[in-house]
Amino acid sequence: MTVRIGVITFPGSLDDVDALRAAKIVGAEPVSLWHADADLHGVDAVIIPGGFSYGDYLRAGAIAAQAPVMRSVVDAARGGLPVLGICNGFQVLCEAGLLPGALVRNAGLRFRCIDQQLTVERTSSVWTSRYRSEYDDVRPILIPLKHAEGRYVATEHDLDALEAEDRVLFRYHGDNPNGSLRDIAGICSADGRIAGLMPHPEHAIDALTGPGTDGLGMFSSLMDSLVGAAS
Amino acid sequence: MARVAVDVVIKPEILDPQGKAIQAALARSGHAGVTEVRAGKHFELDVDGAVTDEELERLAGSILANPVIETWTVTRLADGEAR
Repeated sequence: MTVRIGVITFPGSLDDVDALRAAKIVGAEPVSLWHADADLHGVDAVIIPGGFSYGDYLRAGAIAAQAPVMRSVVDAARGGLPVLGICNGFQVLCEAGLLPGALVRNAGLRFRCIDQQLTVERTSSVWTSRYRSEYDDVRPILIPLKHAEGRYVATEHDLDALEAEDRVLFRYHGDNPNGSLRDIAGICSADGRIAGLMPHPEHAIDALTGPGTDGLGMFSSLMDSLVGAAS
Repeated sequence: MARVAVDVVIKPEILDPQGKAIQAALARSGHAGVTEVRAGKHFELDVDGAVTDEELERLAGSILANPVIETWTVTRLADGEAR
């Protein structure tokens, strides 16, 4: 079975090509999806990439969340389609109401561009299962991060619910780069199929261009889940 | 046609680093009496007679503002006001 992974391109997306390449490297067929086309072309999963969709007008991700393709993604995600939002994609998922909370201006007001250590808080999701087998759960992973609006905020009630339901996927390890509440770098839906994070796993898949290959685990995890389900 | 103003401000409990930076700049330029600044956005909409107050409230609270982090007010302006 060929697994087809769709990557959405909005006006202003930057990291769509890297995400498509990550899909190809783990053996999937990469499929480009277009913001104005509501058809998901039968893909098995969707990645919403990083960038500055619609120039971050209004709020980061706010206008992309209303795009025709996102109406289809919201419906499909509620039906169980795995969806990953990276950086701007995470902002889009929060604005679209698929994940709780919001991402606001970094506490230090600076655009941060660093290689960041993360702890994997949950390995029982379609996006993180590989981190259980490849590493012991305590070993932090190293993933690049680059954003000005990555400070995760939510009400105390929502934060407590996220922790209680084991929906914190990643936390910043060591320094917190943006002031995110409870050091949250990424979260997921209760069933683990809808996930969002600010750091960029698609930039850590090749030692030639990234700090290592720790990001590959997210895409390999998805492949395990989809191929396992089909066989 | 009517003109409507929608003002959006970050909730008091959410850190507003932009407002803090503006407040610090004001203090440096001799306005030490300004003790806090909250930065926000102001929208002006021209709407036809079919747009109700309920619809304005709905669009303000779902698109112009993000209720997780922001509060908003909708004000119908008198003729010729603003812009």
